[in-house]
Amino acid sequence: MNTPANLKYTQSDEWVQLDGNIATIGITDYAQEQLSDIVYVEITVASGDDVKKNSLVATLESVKAAADVNTPVSGTVLEVNEELGNTPEAVNSDPYGKAWLVKLEIKDPSELNSLMDASAYESYCSNRSH
Amino acid sequence: MFVPHTDTEREQMLRSIGVGSVEKLFDAVPSKYRFPKLDLPQALTEMEAMQQLTDLSLANESARDLACFLGAGAYNHYIPAAVDSIIRRGEFLTAYTPYQPEVSQGTLQAIFEYQSLITNLTGMDVSNASHYDGATATAEAAVMAYHNFRGRRQKFVLSPTVNPQYRETLRTYLQGYEGIEVVGDEKDADPFLRPEDLFSLIDQNTALVVVQYPDFFGRIFDYTALAQKVHEAGALFAVAVNPMALGLFKTPGEFGADIVVGEGQPLGIPMSFGGPYLGIFATRSEFVRKISGRLVGETVDGNGRRGYVLTLTAREQHIRRERATSNICTNQGLIALASTVYMSLLGKNGLREVAELCYHKAHYAAEKIGAIPGYSLCANAPFFHEFLVCCPIPVEEINLHLLDHGILGGYDLGKDYPSLKNHMLIAVTEMNTKEDIDMLCEVLEEVSHE
Amino acid sequence: MSEPTIYELSSPGRRGVRYPASDVPLSPLPEDCLRKDLPLPELSELDVIRHFTNLSKLNYSIDSGYYPLGSCTMKYNPKINEETARLPGFAFTHPLQPVETVQGNLALMFELQEWLKEISGFASVSLQPAAGAHGEFTGVMIIRAYHLSRNDTKRTKMLIPDSAHGTNPATSAMSGFEVVGIPSDARGNVDLEALKKVCDDQVAGLMLTNPNTLGLFEENILEVIQMVHNVGGLVYGDGANLNALLGIARPGDLGIDVMHFNLHKTFSTPHGGGGPGSGPVGVAKHLADFLPGPIVDIIEEGDDDTPPLYGLVTPPKTIGRVKSFYGHFGMMVRAYTYIAMHGPDGIRQIAENAVLNANYLLSLLRGKYHLAYDRICMHEFVLEGRWDDAPEVHALDISKRLMDYNFHPPTNYFPLIVHEALMIEPTETENKQTLDAFAEAMLKIAEEAHSNPQVLKDAPHNTPVGRLDEVKAAKELVLCCWIPEKDA
Repeated sequence: MNTPANLKYTQSDEWVQLDGNIATIGITDYAQEQLSDIVYVEITVASGDDVKKNSLVATLESVKAAADVNTPVSGTVLEVNEELGNTPEAVNSDPYGKAWLVKLEIKDPSELNSLMDASAYESYCSNRSH
Repeated sequence: MFVPHTDTEREQMLRSIGVGSVEKLFDAVPSKYRFPKLDLPQALTEMEAMQQLTDLSLANESARDLACFLGAGAYNHYIPAAVDSIIRRGEFLTAYTPYQPEVSQGTLQAIFEYQSLITNLTGMDVSNASHYDGATATAEAAVMAYHNFRGRRQKFVLSPTVNPQYRETLRTYLQGYEGIEVVGDEKDADPFLRPEDLFSLIDQNTALVVVQYPDFFGRIFDYTALAQKVHEAGALFAVAVNPMALGLFKTPGEFGADIVVGEGQPLGIPMSFGGPYLGIFATRSEFVRKISGRLVGETVDGNGRRGYVLTLTAREQHIRRERATSNICTNQGLIALASTVYMSLLGKNGLREVAELCYHKAHYAAEKIGAIPGYSLCANAPFFHEFLVCCPIPVEEINLHLLDHGILGGYDLGKDYPSLKNHMLIAVTEMNTKEDIDMLCEVLEEVSHE
Repeated sequence: MSEPTIYELSSPGRRGVRYPASDVPLSPLPEDCLRKDLPLPELSELDVIRHFTNLSKLNYSIDSGYYPLGSCTMKYNPKINEETARLPGFAFTHPLQPVETVQGNLALMFELQEWLKEISGFASVSLQPAAGAHGEFTGVMIIRAYHLSRNDTKRTKMLIPDSAHGTNPATSAMSGFEVVGIPSDARGNVDLEALKKVCDDQVAGLMLTNPNTLGLFEENILEVIQMVHNVGGLVYGDGANLNALLGIARPGDLGIDVMHFNLHKTFSTPHGGGGPGSGPVGVAKHLADFLPGPIVDIIEEGDDDTPPLYGLVTPPKTIGRVKSFYGHFGMMVRAYTYIAMHGPDGIRQIAENAVLNANYLLSLLRGKYHLAYDRICMHEFVLEGRWDDAPEVHALDISKRLMDYNFHPPTNYFPLIVHEALMIEPTETENKQTLDAFAEAMLKIAEEAHSNPQVLKDAPHNTPVGRLDEVKAAKELVLCCWIPEKDA
């Protein structure tokens, strides 16, 4: 399981990368493996939308499961990854790179304080397997 | 009755379980309510049951005994023998929903073919595996439109010329959605309204506009201009069809429908006192993931052999649970199969032929009835096989007379449209002979003199 | 070899059926309104019969073999049902005929309503809903209408145990309720402590499947119902598993307020490869006015010489119609036939033998498969399709391998609260020899899982197709065999 050290993680398996006041959000390697082959990505917000912490920003579908992706931080949507519509498999092959979902401009970085760092997330995941 | 065990076998089984009696298996049931005495009639043998059911069926008069001019959502068409012979096969009849594709290719390919036929018949891109009937398919179109706009558009425009039962069902379905407004078919709405009369109701808050084709009164309109108007407002356009009419007339796809729903009963399904029927649901590719209900897709197995599976199942209730947009978990499997066999048998030329027979016979009947003193036709547009007749006396009275002459008269529109008292909706199909029609006209004339 | 599609079999000019020429003068067709092309296939009658016969042979079915699909009640579908439903007096009646001409249909529906009431302990029944999920929707809308009729607008929550069918939460959401999950306790019952915590005056109702989807009778059923009633909520009974309760206990007596029946499970109407089903709804007295109409009632009492006159009535506070006409009448004829052939004792024997068969089969498999909840079961039970010492084997592999032994697999991956669930429902119509043979195959597979797991991973080996590529199906989306524009 790949868990980059520079990211923050949620209990519902989203990752956040903070760059100044820009947060990029995706789902983790652990999550993509649980979901298996992703066949469809629907991003449910558009540039310019204001989103609240814990609100829905995307839905991912595999043949056996559907997963909602919620943003762990409030902000304004700057950009969504349109490309994933054509290449949903990127979520499996490159969850931290090509498969970023949305970029937000955030106002309150302290909302991220409760998130886990890489090592905390790793032990959280290993406790969950069976 | 259908339990195979002998007493000896039952004993062996109880011993294996380790309990002394079958009753012991029900100890978890509160004793106060355990083993109620049921007041049901004593069991019949198959021979007796057959007799009882036959007697009940003979207490009816059916379209086998009567010349049927009743339509209004269910139609008396001929069903070729091959249709029933296929759907009676135990391999189709007694299979479950095809969750295990390796042992369900028959059902899956049949549904795939059904989807293909409906797609081509309606002129749309994609069809689902079917809904319960025309009414629920129409309601599901509204639910799809609601979710398509994520609840942000809240107005649903219904033409009053849509089947009243479809409109009522749609309203029932939408009760649980907050802030929804259903307009257009108020009691005082003009039932003879033309498509352009709906223009003024369509605005930026409109999610869906629903019309029927042919409409409930049998009329054929070109909805191209209405579709344009709907799309200019950014809303979706749904058309409820009679698939038999599509054997002859332009497809809703041609005039820009986003969703085509309809009652599939005319396609080889017996009237059977109202069901089971078949809910047609087709749409454009861009909405494929918004469709509720089953979809079958083509794929391959590990050896590259072609096969079919239920696909896009992540939309469905067993995966999405409370996030699913519909709770449907069946289709009308066997009925969809019947319509698939029917359409395959009739094919390109047969379906057109039946539609033309309906058309010609209905027009012959309409012309003759229109010429009877006291009766007038209310046709202000081309029509298919149903038409509206304004009668000199109440429809109920006329129908009693017709019944005395072995004729099942038309539908009394006063029941649904207060302004259409004494208006009868008459349906004519390939099953009605010239003799039937002439007889109908004779009795109608006779009645008007009384 | 795969069977070609009807479009691939088509040959221009071929006909499968002919119609008589018009016996009336032809009227001009409105040329502007006509379609240019009708892209349907062209086949002979034999082409069609052979094609669909070949397709049918690719299906597994109850008529051809054992179908222990949990929660689906795949019992034998008696052939007499197919005869009675096709009697011309039933099959050729139009739903809008004057009631005087369809007294046979209405009498049948009335009796069926009465019988379902008697079997379930409810006060009133509507036969209109088209399937189980449709009945659920009807029932939940009735709960909603009941609260609103009392101006009780604060009830926004629907309580749903974690073992419930997916339709329960989906139905609640469709009906405008917020879903609140209730965990199960160590014995597989609704966790009473957890239920107590969420029972308040915002609860509209609880959706309860009993026996639950683990095949277990809810041991605290009376307390559970009481707790919900105490806070003013109603209890919805999911009738999916009614087969286990026929003549054993009546849901209405237990205090359930509203429930759907599945005529296609409990009362032997065929599943038809996914439908049509039929999902009548029964309600206690206080909900009778909310049923969807029309339902059948006696509108003129009869006497010794004349039968009563049956008519169609709409309950005064109805939630409205949920579909066209009166429901799946053809399915009602079949269910009526089935109940008439059982009588009070036969009805109870259905449940007794369904439960006997399940416990017998369980006794043969216990010890070789993990059991999440080891109790006397009702009509079905749930095994875990996994072993710690065969980590690569999943429930799905066991299911696929069963096909090689010519059995239909059990239900997989449901209920969600059991890991690698295999849900097995034998039904009462299977004989001991079949159950023994199935158990033998299951034990053989348990052994193979340890000795030769690859044979499970590669299964099935003997079916018309092997495991299919579902990812390809979902990504490439071929949903139609032929579209004219794409071909041109």
